[in-house]
Amino acid sequence: MSVDQTTVAKIASLARIKMSEDELARMAPELSQILDWVEQLGEVDTSQVEPMTAVIPNTLRLRDDAIDADPLTGGDKRDAVLANAPAAEHGFFGVPKVIE
Amino acid sequence: MTELTELGVKAIRDGVAAGDFTALEVAEAHNAAVAAAGELNAFIVTTPDHALAAAEKVDSDRAAGKALGAMAGVPIGMKDLFATQGVQTTAASHILERFTPEYESTVSQNLWNAGAGMLGKLNLDQFAMGSSNETSYFGNVVSPWRHKDGGNADLAPGGSSGGSSAVVAARIAPAATGTDTGGSIRQPAAFTGICGIKPTYGRCSRWGVVAFASSLDQAGPMARSVEDCAIMLEAMAGFDPKDSTSLDLPVPEWEANLSADLRGKKVGIPREYRMEGTDPEILESWERGKEWLRDAGAEVVDISLPHTKYALPAYYIIAPAEASSNLARYDGVRYGLRELPDGAGLQDMYAATRAEGFGDEVKRRILIGTYVLSAGFYDAYYNQAQRVRTLIARDFEKAWAQCDVILAPTTPTAAFALGDKTDDPLAMYLNDVFAVPASLAGLPAMSVPAMLNGDGLPLGLQLIGKAFDEQGVLNAGLAIQQRAGFDAKPEKWW
Amino acid sequence: MSTYRIQGATGEWEVVIGLEVHAQVTSNAKLFSGASTAFGAEPNTQVSLIDAAMPGMLPVPNRECIRQAVRTGMAIEAEINRWSRFDRKNYFYADLPQGYQISQLYHPLVGEGSLTIEADEKAGIPQDKVVGIERIHVEQDAGKLMHDQHPTMSYVDLNRCGVALMEIVSRPDMRSPAEAGAYLRKLRTILRYVGSCDGNMEEGSMRADVNVSVRRPGEEFGTRTETKNVNSVRFVMQAIEHEANRQVDLIENGGTVVQETRLFDPNSGTTRSMRSKEDAHDYRYFPDPDLLPLELDDAFLEECRASLPELPDAKRRRYVEELGLSDYNAAVLTAEVETFARFETLLAETAKRLGKSEKDVATQVANWSLSVAPGVMNALGDEANPAHATAGAQAAILQMQAAGEISGGQAKEIFEIVLKTGRAPAEIAETEGLKQQSDTGAIQAEIDKVLAANADKVEEYRGGKDKLFGFFVGQTMKAMQGKANPAVVNELLKAKLG
Ligand SMILES: [Mg+2]
Ligand SMILES: [Zn+2]
Repeated sequence: MSVDQTTVAKIASLARIKMSEDELARMAPELSQILDWVEQLGEVDTSQVEPMTAVIPNTLRLRDDAIDADPLTGGDKRDAVLANAPAAEHGFFGVPKVIE
Repeated sequence: MTELTELGVKAIRDGVAAGDFTALEVAEAHNAAVAAAGELNAFIVTTPDHALAAAEKVDSDRAAGKALGAMAGVPIGMKDLFATQGVQTTAASHILERFTPEYESTVSQNLWNAGAGMLGKLNLDQFAMGSSNETSYFGNVVSPWRHKDGGNADLAPGGSSGGSSAVVAARIAPAATGTDTGGSIRQPAAFTGICGIKPTYGRCSRWGVVAFASSLDQAGPMARSVEDCAIMLEAMAGFDPKDSTSLDLPVPEWEANLSADLRGKKVGIPREYRMEGTDPEILESWERGKEWLRDAGAEVVDISLPHTKYALPAYYIIAPAEASSNLARYDGVRYGLRELPDGAGLQDMYAATRAEGFGDEVKRRILIGTYVLSAGFYDAYYNQAQRVRTLIARDFEKAWAQCDVILAPTTPTAAFALGDKTDDPLAMYLNDVFAVPASLAGLPAMSVPAMLNGDGLPLGLQLIGKAFDEQGVLNAGLAIQQRAGFDAKPEKWW
Repeated sequence: MSTYRIQGATGEWEVVIGLEVHAQVTSNAKLFSGASTAFGAEPNTQVSLIDAAMPGMLPVPNRECIRQAVRTGMAIEAEINRWSRFDRKNYFYADLPQGYQISQLYHPLVGEGSLTIEADEKAGIPQDKVVGIERIHVEQDAGKLMHDQHPTMSYVDLNRCGVALMEIVSRPDMRSPAEAGAYLRKLRTILRYVGSCDGNMEEGSMRADVNVSVRRPGEEFGTRTETKNVNSVRFVMQAIEHEANRQVDLIENGGTVVQETRLFDPNSGTTRSMRSKEDAHDYRYFPDPDLLPLELDDAFLEECRASLPELPDAKRRRYVEELGLSDYNAAVLTAEVETFARFETLLAETAKRLGKSEKDVATQVANWSLSVAPGVMNALGDEANPAHATAGAQAAILQMQAAGEISGGQAKEIFEIVLKTGRAPAEIAETEGLKQQSDTGAIQAEIDKVLAANADKVEEYRGGKDKLFGFFVGQTMKAMQGKANPAVVNELLKAKLG
């Protein structure tokens, strides 16, 4: 399906990527070409098949309800969590003020 | 000292263990090679101290009579998709520039535990999205290979593990980590005349690896021989309770069980891989491959993988869909780049940060992924692609009734020049046409060098195995390696 | 049938209500990480690298969270799906580090179930009503934004981020604010019985998204609005009332209701449109590729079922049918976990001490638990130390009373001292002289005196004036300073008077 510039603008906004008119104009035909091409999948009769869920037969393991059992997956590491933050203040991440 | 850089993983490990040279000497030689190879632009950051410290540890352990790990004394390159504690991890993106993880990926940690050291973080296609290493924020990696008579045009080292393939081919590192989502280990290995294996999905932990497409991403080794790949994969792999998709299985002794004796084995030749317009030299390498495997005792049989032509379009729905979601976390709040134009609100900040922080190819894939998941399109695109994926996996299941391993070309062409395909995303995507089916089915697959083409550029052969049967893939690879006698290497020009 | 109607200018309107309750699952660690779920910690201290969505981090589900949701599903007699799956709900917000919430859309853990709200004439619920529950799915909570700490910035705290929630989605079966209130209270009771959620609405452990539409009675459903995150029963009822009236006014004035997300303002009791969420309607749900399908085996389900306690409806029925309690007492005693737990302990203790069946002492214990004991406690106010009201002490009092050693009044007095001091009831009865006299000799002596002093009345009684019996009892009790066991007094008097 070919997508026009307006559609691309909508997707870009949904994906939170700011795009100039020029970029949109450049991107629209590229995306159209790719989408046209992937649409050949429509030819395949898949009425008797389930969508793939696990590529290798494997079941979901559940972990024990333990706090900080492994430091790599536990909490209590505020410094590590905030270490790369562009704006960290008083133990919080700072973001532009949000009006709800 | 220069000859130390000619040694592979096994030779270094065994030489260090035997006392032929020290791990420190090895590290220093490779650090020097790294320092001299700036023109290849293969590293985003170099970490000579890491390599030296690991080497010193190995030397002192050896002196103390302690047991040495499987990678003891081997300095390697680390694709900059693996989080390395205290060392910038960028995924070759602007949005993660200067991001310094407080954690180490499971795979890199496994390698350090086995005695390896790190020469540096290797350049790649941004977020592993690309097949030529031309989407990196930090510039293209240049292949060490050049056309025999084609002037000095820079060639693509393949992608996304282009830094990895370049340094291993150029004898700057004996081995490097790669990741393969739709061919990103095998295709660059083929382009640069080295070996690379993507194991069964779930063998190597994804924990701490910057995610591209979760259901496809797998780490694997890239090295100059099948033996070296076996050794390194053994060190990288293993069950990780931190990754829900990790396989809870013991790691087989791949190195110890290597055997090029293929008597009693059947090798499948998928007829659908013989596509119209495929480079005759690629077809020739495939023919030679069949001969080599026959020579090793295998029976060659024709098989059919009827949904092959749909693999690539299915991949280009599934991978971007997952990526569009996996990359949502790059928002300028907790790490990485933040673009905050005057008066911007939260959502404006997101849009500005992501516009500035992502390259064109990443944006393209995020947009495709966002589109195919958006309201009203999910079933027609994403679900249909996952159904086709089931059919592709089934094709392989059926094939295993007839054969033990599949032989195919790795790529439809040899390495192309940088810039050749950058204007045509679709042409670029088609490069992975032979690599993607195994990715979609989660199967182990390897590329081994077969021959040079008329331009003096390497061509690779691909071996695809049953789930969990890396051994079968490695053994067939070894049989080819022994018969192909591929010992060409790029002439040093950098 | 609810008779709740909104009287519009053009006639009557019926309200249609569905609730999506987010209940925090009781667990030590978060749904997909090992960080603690404890309430009230310093900002961002209970945050793992996973919760902060660092690059390369992966989720691994917590068994206990799944178990609690399954047990909850069993408690509402719902279908438990042995095969379920986690999906990603994608949207951008500062309280959502991954850029998606891991939830379950296509294949929830728990399917169709129901709960029954009890008739409450006063509240306009004429008879018991079954409210359908469409599903329960498990998902991650978001973090918290603080807007008032900095002039130009909002602050993000991720402590709650990744805590397990059950989203319990009702059918649009409720027809009045009272029904919605009763549903919430009943749901809370069940969750607390099961132990899958502490039901603490102040700490945000239970929040409701309130779906409201209006229609002419019996006609098609109208367009609904969803008022998000309302955190008390009273507010939910207020939000419905306001929203229903707003919709009726809107329609009657020629407008149309738009399907939208709204916010409740507890100060004014009104709802308003929540524009910040308006552009996020396309959530692009798809199965989370970091997680495999969740498959539950027999052993797991067996354990979940075996660990379920007696549930509120069953318990109430048993109190009436087996213990012989009144409907009212049974309802009050089973409404809260703490209440029935205290009652059952005291019941067992009392029965044991008296060597009787629980049924035989149930009414006495129920009366004590529901009226006598609370009466004493309330009267004492701060002077009472509730910790002293142990089952042992109370059973001891009930035992003395049942044995006739103390009167009802003395029981209260003793309990009062117990609450203040923690002293043993038997010792109090002894040292404070709070015992009934059952010594027949002493009573006999007083009776003899009373009869001698009232010989004329004895004559009259024997002449047929039966009513005088009470007079003799009174006089004897008075002479004994009220401490005689009335049963003994009766018995002795009867024997004496012939
Ligand atoms: Mg909801
Ligand atoms: Zn929810």
